[in-house]
Amino acid sequence: MNNSQVEWGAAEDAAPYGAAASPGCRSPPPLLLLFFLLLHLKTGGASSPCDVMTAASAVSSEVQPNETLTHLKTESDTLKTKLEEERAKLHDVELHQVAEKVDGLGQFIMKTRRTLKGHGNKVLCMDWCKDKRRIVSSSQDGKVIVWDAFTTNKEHAVTMPCTWVMACAYAPSGCAVACGGLDNKCSVYPLSLDKNENLAAKKKSVAMHTNYLSACSFTNSDMQILTSSGDGTCALWDVESGQLLQSFHGHAADVLCLDLAPSETGNTFVSGGCDKKANVWDMRSGQCIQSFETHESDINSVRYYPSGDAFASGSDDATCRLYDLRADREVAIYSKESIIFGVSSVDFSLSGRLLFGGYNDYTINVWDVLKGTRVSILFGHENRVSTLRVSPDGTAFCTGSWDHTLRV
Amino acid sequence: MTINTLARGGWDREQMACFQKMEKVIVAMQDPDMGMKMRNQRLLITVIPHAMTGRDMITWLIQKYCICEEEALHISGMLVRYGYVYPLKEPRSLVLRPDESPYRFQTPYFWTSTRWPASELDYAIYLAKKNIRKQGELMEYEKERYSVLHKRINHTWDFVVMQAREQLRASKQRRKADRIVLECQEQAYWLINRPQPGAHNVLDMGLERPNNLSARVTLVSDIITFLYVSYVPVPFVKYSEQYQNHDPIMQGCLPSNPWISDDTAYTRVLGHLVLLVPAFAAPVDLVERWSFSFMELLNDIMGRREFMIYLEKEFSAENLCFWQACEDIRHGESSRIVEKVEEIYKNFLTPGAARWVNVDSKTMDKTLKGIRHPHRFVMDDAQMHIYFLMKKDSYPRYLKSDLYKNLLAKAIMNCPTCLFVLSACSPS
Repeated sequence: MNNSQVEWGAAEDAAPYGAAASPGCRSPPPLLLLFFLLLHLKTGGASSPCDVMTAASAVSSEVQPNETLTHLKTESDTLKTKLEEERAKLHDVELHQVAEKVDGLGQFIMKTRRTLKGHGNKVLCMDWCKDKRRIVSSSQDGKVIVWDAFTTNKEHAVTMPCTWVMACAYAPSGCAVACGGLDNKCSVYPLSLDKNENLAAKKKSVAMHTNYLSACSFTNSDMQILTSSGDGTCALWDVESGQLLQSFHGHAADVLCLDLAPSETGNTFVSGGCDKKANVWDMRSGQCIQSFETHESDINSVRYYPSGDAFASGSDDATCRLYDLRADREVAIYSKESIIFGVSSVDFSLSGRLLFGGYNDYTINVWDVLKGTRVSILFGHENRVSTLRVSPDGTAFCTGSWDHTLRV
Repeated sequence: MTINTLARGGWDREQMACFQKMEKVIVAMQDPDMGMKMRNQRLLITVIPHAMTGRDMITWLIQKYCICEEEALHISGMLVRYGYVYPLKEPRSLVLRPDESPYRFQTPYFWTSTRWPASELDYAIYLAKKNIRKQGELMEYEKERYSVLHKRINHTWDFVVMQAREQLRASKQRRKADRIVLECQEQAYWLINRPQPGAHNVLDMGLERPNNLSARVTLVSDIITFLYVSYVPVPFVKYSEQYQNHDPIMQGCLPSNPWISDDTAYTRVLGHLVLLVPAFAAPVDLVERWSFSFMELLNDIMGRREFMIYLEKEFSAENLCFWQACEDIRHGESSRIVEKVEEIYKNFLTPGAARWVNVDSKTMDKTLKGIRHPHRFVMDDAQMHIYFLMKKDSYPRYLKSDLYKNLLAKAIMNCPTCLFVLSACSPS
């Protein structure tokens, strides 16, 4: 396996086995592993005075190039467990421990303020417009409807030529919507003010996948769309030309969801799939820069924390988990024994203190992100909640369900 | 009973996980020590053993999982809907009543997870039995299905009828209580697997996800870079605390949450910003949030405009213009990249240009080289440099400037509930 040589670091010149501390730092405890310390980072972002050590895996010249793949896999697995054990000795502080000093949340009274009726079949996906009142929603029968959620009036309706429209997104300008599903394509429909105009005529086909489209999202402008598909890839497209700008390979199974990072550089996004992995990608290079695999089942939904430093994921294993990007690990699990059904959709409140989860048992659970406890459970839908989004100004959240309705 | 030999090949992963968890709850309920108390129920003249009431189930769930009554009702309702518990009194309606109506646990033979998929043959036998047992017991939709099945599997119809007769004969030899129980069990099973048209189909799991897990072992993900820092997740607490007062769902928003009060007529006046303020935003919140981070300021349209005004006063507006132009390239149409890069070069990067931006020499060299082969990300380095320049220099000065302070003061003044705060504050 030639890969092993290339990927396991170019650390040929590093120190031999045993602890090797670079000058000017406290010597680390000897690690009886096949790793050796290469760098010593400054404790920049962490507010802890403890040692910061980076252990990079590297293969010494003893590993033969012709070792089998399985041998390497088992080797890396044992090393991983050993590292975890070492890490466990370092007394990481869990999120809920830090949050103990934070005030608890009182009782929330959240009620359905609007019910949008009009879909003839299961509502599969929805998105808010930046004007904080319009919503686009798509359903199993191929209908895509744009609503003014405040007045509950339907403003536009388009019938797609396919069923199971699982993805829909509103353009940042509010002038177009994108949707797709079993037709393996993502189509962009410009919205016009003229209600009589046939929107389907102006449709533009943007993305082409080899399997169903599971999620789509505009990047910061109307001109680019990011899509994820059942064929296991994500892709970035130029809307005007329909050209593929970048594709992202790495998931071993269907990709079900994605979310763009609200970071300053705006260059990354996270995707979750049926292979139980959540991957963070660099949009420029197409590389997967981080990967998290702690869920026990398909990941149905991923959403970034408002600051962009973390993201939450919801999965069929009935848990939501929070992953910290800088620490590169899972930091919280939101689950309860009485919650049996999987999570279909998650989103944060504006401050990131609350995490809303739409579940397949027709309920919505609201979690306290910091303390890890459930704040409240909301009933109302008569079938599973398939999609959930908080409005751009954080004043409300909308849920779409298989009972043909949307609620705000 | 007919033994279903079909393999569970097409079973959905998602379904199995749920069913396993539900089965765990059921088993826990039947635990001899910690489980529920069961008793004998009188049903007309027969006594059915091992039954419990809806009320018992709810109480047990509340106790075991420390949840509220509504949730316990919901969970037990789900158990009934999925056929793990069936009602004795009104066997056709799979609904849980939180009162004294009797329920029983479904036998594992009939659990949805063990018997899937229910075959047509089984269904035909069941309907035939019902038909033979009591003429007219079949409902309308069942009669229709019966005739459809009769046409479809006509070749084995003799077998169907024979099986039905045999099973009926066998059941006649049982005690009445057992007979009733078996009938109820079977009926509940078929109500779920062949629901009435128009009724809720709990076994509808949506689109199947073809799971093409490849055998690739991605060694890339095994590259382990562990940061051995004792992890203290303070940033989340800080962020949440900072934004908590601006979270409308948690703290309510001023003057009111429009979804609750139905109020869109509220027009906000904020000096020259009166036309731009969307009806839902409370200016105080917005203006305060601009001071949280540079990203907040830039992401908000009004914030950006205000910042531009300030920069123009300071004669450093070209920085923001350059940044915006770079963003435009990154997110704009592919076809116009070349012309946009040209424009940027002309306006911002050529020495002696009208709006020359101050980029360090290394970045400038790199960018100029890249311009010869323009692509979407050619301006990234320069853009980043200018962004951080603005963030470290202009942004903090803006927050301390009179322009910003006046804006904030005006916003507070215009906010009705803030007036009392203003009177309490000393003028800065």
